[in-house]
Amino acid sequence: MNLYQRRRLTNAISMTLSVLATGVGLLFLCWILWTLLRHGLPYLRLSTFVENTPPPGSQGGLGNAIVGSIILTVGGVLIGTPLGILAGTYLSEFGRGSRLAMVVRFVNDVLLSAPSIVIGVFVYEILVRTMGHFSAWAGTVALGLIVIPIVVRTSEDMLRLVSDTMREAASALGAPQWKVITNIVYRAARPGILTGILLAVARISGETAPLLFTALNNQFWSTRLDQPIANLPVVIFQFAMSPYEDWQHLAWAGALIITFSILTLNILARTFLRGRRQ
Amino acid sequence: MSTMYRDMNGKTDRQVDIAAPAPSIRQANTLPADMESKIAVRDLNFFYGRFKALDSINLEIPPNRVTAFIGPSGCGKSTLLRSFNRIYELYPEQSATGEVLLDGENILDRHYNLNRLRSKVGMVFQKPTPFPMSIYENIAFGVSLYERLPRHAMDERVEWALRKAGLWDEVKDKLRQDGTRLSGGQQQRLCIARAVAVKPEVLLLDEPASALDPLSTLMIEELIDELASDYTIAIVTHNMQQAARVSDFTAFMYLGKLVEINTSDIIFTKPREKATEDYITGRYG
Repeated sequence: MNLYQRRRLTNAISMTLSVLATGVGLLFLCWILWTLLRHGLPYLRLSTFVENTPPPGSQGGLGNAIVGSIILTVGGVLIGTPLGILAGTYLSEFGRGSRLAMVVRFVNDVLLSAPSIVIGVFVYEILVRTMGHFSAWAGTVALGLIVIPIVVRTSEDMLRLVSDTMREAASALGAPQWKVITNIVYRAARPGILTGILLAVARISGETAPLLFTALNNQFWSTRLDQPIANLPVVIFQFAMSPYEDWQHLAWAGALIITFSILTLNILARTFLRGRRQ
Repeated sequence: MSTMYRDMNGKTDRQVDIAAPAPSIRQANTLPADMESKIAVRDLNFFYGRFKALDSINLEIPPNRVTAFIGPSGCGKSTLLRSFNRIYELYPEQSATGEVLLDGENILDRHYNLNRLRSKVGMVFQKPTPFPMSIYENIAFGVSLYERLPRHAMDERVEWALRKAGLWDEVKDKLRQDGTRLSGGQQQRLCIARAVAVKPEVLLLDEPASALDPLSTLMIEELIDELASDYTIAIVTHNMQQAARVSDFTAFMYLGKLVEINTSDIIFTKPREKATEDYITGRYG
């Protein structure tokens, strides 16, 4: 076998493996979506979005849980994003190569891989026990703690992708460092930073464990932050495990709603970002 | 094209003084007596951490002329340029000792205001660096660092700078378009327009054409030639033909030292140092 044939063979093998791997990934994704659609779609009605979670055996929807989930997710992002971007900015723009930055980066990686149930227990200990009851506040803080390391990591990575020549060019015009960062570097890294925030949204909107210890659940309509609040993941968890068929149907519908909301959000954000580039 | 060779053929008075044999390099580095220097470098040393990249450089750069810096890679020519606007201060491990006098004032002095320095000394880099904003904003950004202009005055300034950089006719209908969507040559001229817009006195060009195609290079060279009447230009280039074409004076650097500086005619026809001759005839580098 000559060199050329060997290369063609290697190419064919690696191509086949790559295509297979892609196929397996896509297969499971489609399978999950299909299962969700099959079990969830029949129970997706207007009442699912409007009515509150029912007692077993009666009709109802997921209205309170959907609104609760939105409140918790938005709250978590509002807490986690500014802190995350600022820390990412420190790591990329100010602390490069410094010892403190190395420590911060390491701690952030630990936080990134911390099991979310640990974060739930932690917030339970510092907020729920001191306040004496579960609350939406505790839930947003727990989700915020999950958002921070994701946003720190992606912000730092994206800011570092901005070339040093760009920073030099702005400085050479006489711009002070804060202006270089806010006017030039952030602008250049904006799509990447937004992607990081979206990743974080996707991650926390399905988190169940930290909410079990913090926001818990609420059978009734509530938007008060100092009270327990209903949310989709915990409702799905509770309803799916229950012996009541109505509840199980609602759990499927809830899972479908979460998955497709995130999918839609991602697609919208991507088209929006791409539109801006052109 | 013909204008570009003007300097090679048309220079008379200055040539005569300088062509006289000089006893030492040190002396040859000073300008003819009747010319004041715009930038004077005195005993400049530069360090990347512990590595000494420039070794007691002494030279003078005349006003409203183009001075080219040539030499093999790593000889310190870009480093020298980067000390003229203290851009190296972005990197804490880099430092310079000695003096760089701009109109007689030492800009390396910590008390010399950085903002003021950079309003007087503009810089264009090897890689075109349009900011991620519209063509208009690219230019307005630098201007607004120094001046608060009403809308129409800013419009005029943007047009003026783009005309100066020979870009106006190509972009006048798409000022709101993203600057990063221009071609490489246009991007580089946008960067020159951006630097010119803040009305500096000195322009530092760090291999401004090395990433461009021949046609764009030609446009940049013609531009340098036009700008030379209003600005003091220092240009680093790897391309010796380019140095010969665009510059009035040329400095040859080697291993962190200035070997010699003289009018470009002399450097490229009868350099005093053997090392310079070897380099320009392509024996190394």
